[in-house]
Amino acid sequence: MMNTIEMNTIEMNTVEINTIEMIRSGRIRRRRRWFVVTMVLTILTMALCCAMLLLGNTIYPLRDVIAVLAGEEIRGASFAINTIRLPRMVAGLLAGFAFGIAGYTFQTMLRNPLANPNVIGVTSGSSAAAVFCIIVLQSSKAVTSLVSVIAGLLTVLIIYVLARGTSFSIGRLILVGIGIQAMCNAMITYLMLIGEEHNLPAAVRWLTGSLNGVKLEELPLLVITCLIFVPSICLLGRPLMMLELGEQSATTLGVRTDLVRVLLIVSAVVLAAIATAITGPIASVAFLAGPIASRLVGIGTANSIPAGLVGAALVLAADLAGQFATPVKFPVGIITGIIGAPYLLFLLIQMNRRGDL
Amino acid sequence: MGQSRYDPKHLTPVMIIAFALFAISLLASLIFGARSLSIHEVWDGLVQQHPDSIATSVVQKRMIRTLFGLCCGAALGIAGVLMQSVTRNPIADPSILGVNMGAALFVVCGMAFFQISSAQQYIWFALSGAMLTAIFVFGIGSMGRGGATPLKLVLAGAATSVALSSLVTAVMIPRSYVMNQFRFWQVGSVGAGTWDSILLLLPFLLVGTAVALICIPGLNALALGDETARGLGVKTGMLRLTAACAGVILCGATTAVAGPIGFVGLLATHVIRLLLGADLRYLIPMSALAGAVILIGSDVVGRLIGSPGELEVGVVTAFVGAPILIILAMRVKVRSL
Amino acid sequence: MGSHLFQAKQLVAGYDQKMILDHVSLEIPSHEISVMIGANACGKSTLLKTLARLIKPASGEVLLDGKPIHQIPSKQLARVIGLLPQSPIVPEGISVADLVGRGRYPHQSMFGSWRQEDDEAVAEAMEMMNIAKLANHPIDELSGGQRQRVWIAMALAQQTDILFLDEPTTYLDITYQIEILDLLTDLNRKRGTTIVMVLHDINLAARYADYLFAMRQGQLIAEGKPSDIITSELIHDVFGLDCTIIQDPVSNSPSVVPIGRYHAHSGHAMMQIGGNVHAR
Repeated sequence: MMNTIEMNTIEMNTVEINTIEMIRSGRIRRRRRWFVVTMVLTILTMALCCAMLLLGNTIYPLRDVIAVLAGEEIRGASFAINTIRLPRMVAGLLAGFAFGIAGYTFQTMLRNPLANPNVIGVTSGSSAAAVFCIIVLQSSKAVTSLVSVIAGLLTVLIIYVLARGTSFSIGRLILVGIGIQAMCNAMITYLMLIGEEHNLPAAVRWLTGSLNGVKLEELPLLVITCLIFVPSICLLGRPLMMLELGEQSATTLGVRTDLVRVLLIVSAVVLAAIATAITGPIASVAFLAGPIASRLVGIGTANSIPAGLVGAALVLAADLAGQFATPVKFPVGIITGIIGAPYLLFLLIQMNRRGDL
Repeated sequence: MGQSRYDPKHLTPVMIIAFALFAISLLASLIFGARSLSIHEVWDGLVQQHPDSIATSVVQKRMIRTLFGLCCGAALGIAGVLMQSVTRNPIADPSILGVNMGAALFVVCGMAFFQISSAQQYIWFALSGAMLTAIFVFGIGSMGRGGATPLKLVLAGAATSVALSSLVTAVMIPRSYVMNQFRFWQVGSVGAGTWDSILLLLPFLLVGTAVALICIPGLNALALGDETARGLGVKTGMLRLTAACAGVILCGATTAVAGPIGFVGLLATHVIRLLLGADLRYLIPMSALAGAVILIGSDVVGRLIGSPGELEVGVVTAFVGAPILIILAMRVKVRSL
Repeated sequence: MGSHLFQAKQLVAGYDQKMILDHVSLEIPSHEISVMIGANACGKSTLLKTLARLIKPASGEVLLDGKPIHQIPSKQLARVIGLLPQSPIVPEGISVADLVGRGRYPHQSMFGSWRQEDDEAVAEAMEMMNIAKLANHPIDELSGGQRQRVWIAMALAQQTDILFLDEPTTYLDITYQIEILDLLTDLNRKRGTTIVMVLHDINLAARYADYLFAMRQGQLIAEGKPSDIITSELIHDVFGLDCTIIQDPVSNSPSVVPIGRYHAHSGHAMMQIGGNVHAR
């Protein structure tokens, strides 16, 4: 048994074993919480996925749903599930995951929950470019998606350059973001005005997030994007945690901050842009997922996956609510917008109280 | 906010240019459009007023539209100056502070739940919405250290705007008749302006302007700092409240008849402040003029670009005003924001 | 701790267009406590950051064992040099042990999990800074003095041979200032860590430093042991202050006694350590 150490002097060779134990057990406890909550979130998300497949104008029994998924032909069920519900579910799941993880990444890197792709105008840049493609260039879906990604990256670059100033400040970033959003929204309105009738519905998709009308063929793009960029963000989880400590500390700890930042931003923007291409900009998910996940899972760990899961759960739950909870069907973007708005205000109040702004 | 006094040498040339621009914009507003008229036709329409001539009716319509734009622009210009003085914030603009959205929400709710349909009813709903939103935004923005700094106000305004806008959409979606009327609300337009709406707006415009003029000496003192102003005998709290109310009335009423038009206040006051300095004796009237020119000019541009339809003036002002906002954000030291 | 040769040669460095350091050259003495002193905006913080590779010099170089530090892979460098920034940023809600644990990053591979030695390093660092009991508390609950100790513990967990500290005592009460400086001295004497810090209090600097670097307007104008270089002329050069130097009765190091327009009477007895005496 080690001797007790006197306060304020150091015995280099005899660090009390109790301390090591306390540290290790604390760490294991926190990891365990992370795993348990992530498991619960995964189960919740899968349950929501099942609900998406089971519920609808006609409720099909689980048996039938499984049969259809396995490839069987059941009249009525096959159409409903394969053509409508399955694409809807996959789109909601993946897009929600993408928005959640992208938002979390931005918020952690910029150390501010207000700094997420929605607020700083990245998604409006993507949308504006996409609407331009649809209405003016009349390009194909693939080209539109590609352009929207590039536009999203360009918007980030522009915002970064404009907001940099002599020192980085979140306030300037948000102001520039507001300006960019106003311009993009104005441009979108203009384009919708001069657009031909048949192009409008496709363009409108870019304005409010919705899972309506997603086709199965559109999904592989989203799947591939997630398969590439979600792991890349997860791999950079530890450097991201270091970035959270600020530029000076991160550099001191040996993180190549510029490289890591670029990789993370590109991944996050691509995820957000492609997700927007499939479902339109689903309001608030990128903003809410990170804080909710951190509150559930705890701070101090890389919470990319829980944030993605929360995003997916939010989108799926909101879509189910929008379909079935009210007499009128609301697209998922409206529901999430309504959920997100009070939280945004609450967050502002909290930040003001604490003197963070 | 700059502390520089106006430079008397600049005053005359600036005023001459301003009035010239004003006259040009008035003329342009009468000439250009889906069917562009020649000067001769405009003259005919104004002076001779042949009842059968198409040109006459077009000119009549455009005259009303121009007058409407003039009133709205002036109101927004003055409201912008008032907001900026009260908050000592170079980026205070009713659209940025979310006041327009609040007015819009109340009107849309009125349409949906209370079946209102006349302009008179719109105005009162819009004014209450504007007032409540202003109080709300100011309340949130004032919390915490430093009181209502510009950054906090803008954030509170932007967040509130987003929140309210999703509520507006939620109210609208199930009610297509509201959506039809809302189209005009989503982004401000002077196209719907009629003689009646001008008459409706006028009293509020006059009241707001009168209050603004009365507040001028006090607001000039306020620009030097709260303590200095109090030392000069100004009741800062009362003054702020009065000026803010005037500003909200002006932009609330404008939103009620024209929909939410953003950035006009921001643009007008900045241009004038750059040219003439911060003395409100010149800033208020000239911003009113500048606001009118900007609004009418944007409307003309909107009509030209959107031909044969029209691009709402709110879109044009956003496109022009947003870069100005960005430039301001870049230049100003954020600490002092 | 290992020995390293840490030098700077003709450093010209600053921010954006404004260069602050003016051809500074120095060598950091190994296994000693070095302190940089100077008036506000003299460049001492800039110098520290340039030495710690946070700022890339416009010209000149910083050499670790003869190699320019900007050519050494950052993670490898992080095992040799540590830094406590002036205003550290704290992710709220994080537990103390997690924050200190982040200091282990340079020693962990991308997929590596936590090893026994990581836990030991964290435990040792926390014991050293007397915060072991707070291990699982969230950082928000801690006082300013405690937080500063957590940050130093994080730098300690990094187990570097050289530790840079940028004004580690500035916002602390005097008790905490002495406590932290004593703990840093422990670190230096018992582990042999080379410590380089910026202090604004000249008397604490004179007491705790083995070696001083005095700066003015971006130039290094004096260096050496406190007892050798602290004279009233130097203080006048560096701070623009009239003063007299006495011997600190506690530590026998030089102590600066400022002379202002009041409270100075002629005929007071002084012990001089070099330099002139100004009588009023």
